[in-house]
Amino acid sequence: MLADQVRDSERSWWMPVACIMLAVAFLFGAMVGPAGPAWWRVPAELLNHLPFIHIKTGATQLQSTVLWQIRMPRVVLAGIVGSMLSIAGASYQGVFRNPLVDPYLLGVAAGAGLGATVIIVAGRASSSSWPIDPLPIAAFVGGLIAVMITYSVGAAFGAAKSSATLVLAGVAVTSLATAIQTFMLQKNTDVVRQVYSWILGRLSTATWHDVRLVLPYVVVSTGVLLWHRRLLDVLRVGDDEAQSLGARVDRIRLTVVIAATLGTAAVVSVSGLIGFVGIVVPHLVRLLAGSSYRRILPLTVILGAAFLIVADIPGRILSDPAETPIGVVTAFLGAPFFIIVLRSRQGASR
Amino acid sequence: MTSLAFVDVSVKYGSSVAVQGFTDTVRPGEWLCLIGPNGAGKSSLLRSAAGLVKHEGGILVDGSPLNLRSARRRAALVAHVPQSPAMPDDMTAAEYVLLGRNPYVGYFGNESKHDRMMVARVIERLDLEDFADRRLGTLSGGERQRLVIARALAQEAPVMLLDEPTSALDIGHQQQALELVDSLRREHGFTVVSAMHDLTLAGLYSDRLALLHQGHCVATGPADQVLKAETLSEFYGVSVSVHHEPDGTVVVVPRRTVPLA
Repeated sequence: MLADQVRDSERSWWMPVACIMLAVAFLFGAMVGPAGPAWWRVPAELLNHLPFIHIKTGATQLQSTVLWQIRMPRVVLAGIVGSMLSIAGASYQGVFRNPLVDPYLLGVAAGAGLGATVIIVAGRASSSSWPIDPLPIAAFVGGLIAVMITYSVGAAFGAAKSSATLVLAGVAVTSLATAIQTFMLQKNTDVVRQVYSWILGRLSTATWHDVRLVLPYVVVSTGVLLWHRRLLDVLRVGDDEAQSLGARVDRIRLTVVIAATLGTAAVVSVSGLIGFVGIVVPHLVRLLAGSSYRRILPLTVILGAAFLIVADIPGRILSDPAETPIGVVTAFLGAPFFIIVLRSRQGASR
Repeated sequence: MTSLAFVDVSVKYGSSVAVQGFTDTVRPGEWLCLIGPNGAGKSSLLRSAAGLVKHEGGILVDGSPLNLRSARRRAALVAHVPQSPAMPDDMTAAEYVLLGRNPYVGYFGNESKHDRMMVARVIERLDLEDFADRRLGTLSGGERQRLVIARALAQEAPVMLLDEPTSALDIGHQQQALELVDSLRREHGFTVVSAMHDLTLAGLYSDRLALLHQGHCVATGPADQVLKAETLSEFYGVSVSVHHEPDGTVVVVPRRTVPLA
């Protein structure tokens, strides 16, 4: 029946596969690393944290503390950060109709960094006296301003015609934000340590507190973005046609950009700058499950989490006992991938 | 059936005037074809009715002004087929036709069973079943044009605006597309306004022509009244001869200004 066919074109057997991949990544992430229980004891140890389950695993108290207080927050946080950066990247790509943008290339991350620097320099982050931590909010405002500037500059010089213009505008905004940040740090050398620890992130020292800090932002942002997945498909035919189909393009674009920027700024504030996730994961999903945002957005949430959990593992082993920053790992994977995407798009447009 | 009225409609882009004081009433079920040289204001007029450009004056559907409607309600009344539609290469044909249901789906909603049935019927009606799962990038010009018309049909709007619906097609597919629009119009009672360059086809399929020149409507009426050699020469600056076939068809034939040696 044709009506089923119309419906089936949206179903995807990739969703269960993605969930299995996430589960495997999660277990693997919990098993690898120094000082924890033996890897085969990990599943039982984790089950012990479910209510009404008590399994004798034979792991020492220290080992299960390492697993639950050090390794698990790190895995969970990596998952949250990965899925947020991925869905934000896919959403930016949809709303700007540009497959080459991600939170980093649009200047969101640099803007968020600048916002954080400003608040640290101005208030010395006396966050204890505030009802909520002002850092994520400052990062959000900085990121939002940056993406707005990128978009208006890119649109003014013909973003509709060339996807490169928007990316170049993002590069310019990133450089400017970084320059201002450097200048401010030179004037205030006493906060350099604080700012850099923010920029580099603390994924490797993550605690449950960090998870609780970003989770509300990520849940709200992801929810709003997922709600827009059908409208992102409508936007694929361009502003004019979307509008003639009854979509209020400006409102949709603004809402999606705000939601994606809010989530990005929040995760950047705990994870530091991690590049390429927002490009690699959405493009992988497109290769696997097609180009409809109804499939892309939910899948990026799951596979983004799996991707960053896995990308976080080599960092613990490569230069043991030191840590290889996760941004280095994603760049190793992401930069060649980005070039392949560029190449295939050039081939397609010829 | 639904009427579409333009009351003193003007469209300006900055200081340049694209359409100046256009007034016309398209009767329910009528096909009005806008003709005129490039830049005469045909597209701007269609885009104003689709709500894509700001305009002065009133555009009324069944007597009530369009600009008071919400974007979705307007889209449920007026479907617009642009001159060169954006068709993402990797979107499937069924996904593309489904976009036509957007006016009936809430902001956070999803297409209902009825919407999908409707799309399936449209796909069947236009014999597009074999393409439903194909990607747009793999389709030919004629197939793509039928899909754009299918999307407009799925929109279920009683007024259809077609901007150069056949400009990218060969003569066979031109005829196919126009026959399709004509038969759909008779089935569903659509009111159609189109802009077209081929004067013979314009006269053949529409009920009435409106000749635009530099934003002004300079002639309107049935084909045999508007398509006159002297009128066309004045406003297009062309040399043509106009033939009248026994069945009433008006044929416009270009003539060489430099005589054959």
